[in-house]
Amino acid sequence: MQENENLTPEHDDVHDTHDHHEGFFRKYIFSLDHKMIGKQFLIYGLLMLFLGGGLAMLFRWQLAYPEITEDVAAKLENVESRLAKPLPIIGASDEFLKEYLETGELKPKTMADRYWVNVIESDDVEWAEENIPFGIMTPAFYNMLFTMHATIMVFFVVVPILVGAFGNFLIPLMIGTRDMAFPVLNMLSFWLAVLAAGIMIAGFFVPGGHASAGWTGYTPLSADPEWTGVGWGMNLWAISLLIQGFSSLVGSINYITTIINMRAPGMTFFRLPLVIWALFIVAILLLLAFPVLSSALALLIFDRLAGTTFFTNTSTGGGDPLLWQHLFWFFGHPEVYILILPGMGIASELIPAFSRKPIFGYRSMVYAMIAIAFLGWVVWGHHMFQSGMRPGMGAFFMTTTMLIAVPSAIKTFNWLGTMHKGSIRFTTPMLHAIAFVSMFVVGGLSGIFMANTPVDIAIHDTYFIVAHIHYVVFGGSLFAIFGGIIFWFPKMYGRYMNDTLSKIHFWLTFISFNCTFFPMHILGMGMHRRRIENPLATAYTQDFEGMNIFITMSAFTLGAVQLILVFNFFWSIYKGKVAEKNPWHVNTLEWEAPTPVPHGNFAQIPTVHRGPYEYSVPGEEADWIPQAQPEPVPASAGD
Amino acid sequence: MTHTEVDIIQNRPISNAKLGVLVLLGAETMLFVGLIGAFLVFRMGNVNWPPLSLGDIQLPQLVTGINTFLLLFSGLSMFFSVRYIQQDKIQQHHLSLAITWFLGVAFLVIQGSEWIQLIRQGLTLQSGIYGGIFYVLIGCHALHVLGAVMWLSIVLAKSLLGRFSSQEYTGVETCMLYWSFVVALWLILYILVYLY
Repeated sequence: MQENENLTPEHDDVHDTHDHHEGFFRKYIFSLDHKMIGKQFLIYGLLMLFLGGGLAMLFRWQLAYPEITEDVAAKLENVESRLAKPLPIIGASDEFLKEYLETGELKPKTMADRYWVNVIESDDVEWAEENIPFGIMTPAFYNMLFTMHATIMVFFVVVPILVGAFGNFLIPLMIGTRDMAFPVLNMLSFWLAVLAAGIMIAGFFVPGGHASAGWTGYTPLSADPEWTGVGWGMNLWAISLLIQGFSSLVGSINYITTIINMRAPGMTFFRLPLVIWALFIVAILLLLAFPVLSSALALLIFDRLAGTTFFTNTSTGGGDPLLWQHLFWFFGHPEVYILILPGMGIASELIPAFSRKPIFGYRSMVYAMIAIAFLGWVVWGHHMFQSGMRPGMGAFFMTTTMLIAVPSAIKTFNWLGTMHKGSIRFTTPMLHAIAFVSMFVVGGLSGIFMANTPVDIAIHDTYFIVAHIHYVVFGGSLFAIFGGIIFWFPKMYGRYMNDTLSKIHFWLTFISFNCTFFPMHILGMGMHRRRIENPLATAYTQDFEGMNIFITMSAFTLGAVQLILVFNFFWSIYKGKVAEKNPWHVNTLEWEAPTPVPHGNFAQIPTVHRGPYEYSVPGEEADWIPQAQPEPVPASAGD
Repeated sequence: MTHTEVDIIQNRPISNAKLGVLVLLGAETMLFVGLIGAFLVFRMGNVNWPPLSLGDIQLPQLVTGINTFLLLFSGLSMFFSVRYIQQDKIQQHHLSLAITWFLGVAFLVIQGSEWIQLIRQGLTLQSGIYGGIFYVLIGCHALHVLGAVMWLSIVLAKSLLGRFSSQEYTGVETCMLYWSFVVALWLILYILVYLY
């Protein structure tokens, strides 16, 4: 994959504890090296990003064009979903469909038509015939699409990239050690994640289709196969998430142990880069939150497979459907901070580095993250205002939720304070970091709206929440991910990513992202429910047809633009401009290691003498002082 | 490994292995917080426990109580096995490890036979939420005891092969941490599920 690494001569000065000469499998597949595992997680996450994004494209098409021309619709009696327009490219053409329905003759006009003729004529019941006959989505298929879009994006994209990829790559390098505390567990964590993804993808192909109860899997919808018609899809969903839980568990044990026990000499906790603090807190959240989901999933699997009634209320012994919601959100709310905290950490690295100023309020940044992580445990009820709870409890959850605005605002003002009067360099990673901060503010403010119980009762389960989650997770986490990838790419692969392509990608993403998700606030205020497959079916949502089409076009643009990033990523691995050791002039330890980073990372374990953000120190010659630079030596320009 | 690195490792207040197991126990605790939470929701949501529809099901409080003492005693002998290895009393160390192992196995055997009794009386996984949460919660703990016994088997074998000494006994210590968790957890479960 990386020719650079293959060509790296074996340095004799690297005092390495591991065997250096590894075969292909040891090096690229079953690697124990934290850097390779980080890259594996990154590529895995990017691939899953395209699967999750593809699903979103499909249902966006459905929302924009839920109905076909009336004359065809009238004839579509034997097609389950009479009201939908066939998908572009893979769907049957209108003329072909019309002719078929009028005369019963199959006269294919396009490639896709010929495919559907084959499907119809074959005797077996094919998957495509069941779910998207002639390229027209059935409502059940639509339910599956949004369920799997969210599941994949949350569990298989954002967490693997932010925690798996950046965590693995950065933690040992930034704290100054040779590898993770438990390299074998680290490898296990990655391969369990792959196994979970495999099972999750297999769910698409089982009879009855994949899980369709939403990513929250609310019971009794998910607990009883009769409700959704989904059989093994739902079971595989639960099993896959259980395995993903093991993967996260193993990973977080590794991160916590490594950060506590393996810091370089002089690297005190308050000299840790903020991204490491973020990953440390996130590892603790993952460690403590995911097992709660595992317990709920175990009960769900028993309900589905062993005939228990934990989440369904039957005559033989009453379970409680609400119990699932409590267990799920007790996990689920810490989980949303798992999705955003590493992004905050990455922004806290990029903003000082490109403002050439120390971070504003280092300690308050740390305490704010701890406060967010702590408050995350006592706010889960704000997802359940509409599920019924005592008014007093509603007030409690409303207050704790609004309290989270305080540490979030501290962080935002600190980022702004860092940029204030800085010598800002508008590099592409910096653009992404600024986009992160501004989009996070939009998402955070809409969060305050929904924390308010009376407001939430109106906008619960509308497109407002869809806009909110995407402003935080796409506008927040994903911009941080893109910025982080471009920023650390020179250390990962020894080359720069192409800057022109990165800039084009950034601006197109930023514009089409806002075009896609901002109008959803308006849809939500108009009470446009989420999770409905035909907005034209209800009178009050019909007026939103134009906006839905606009959103879909923007979403397709947004999806297409991401191809630029992927092309740029793989092209730059081989053809990018070769990068020097510390291209951005950053203080943290990972830039002290040679590029490409050899097995064992450092020739000599560095000793840390200062905090990570000492930029533009008065009286110093250079505007940056590496953390490992000893105190009395006058600052040199480095390399 | 350079000189500084040896220094770093020797200056650690706690070894990686011990810290890793402690962190793991944090996650295990949360797994049982979820399950015990579910149990309490059912328990407090029903005036009659067991529900009247199940007839006169009675959990074996006395036998399980005795079993609880067996497990508590195994926790004690596990603790002493670490003490003995610290003092290089190899003979006593082996003996206390073996006692722990037998008590753990005895606990599982008695639990298993009690389960068979209960199933004969008609309490199964499908007996509403009462049977369901009983078997899932207690079964999940039993799986943890099984895991702990298997872990202890490896430690015992290593110990008999002379792998541990007063200088190097991390393997025994980590196993003790896990064993203590399983014992302490059982005390809570016994009180909540059998007595409450």
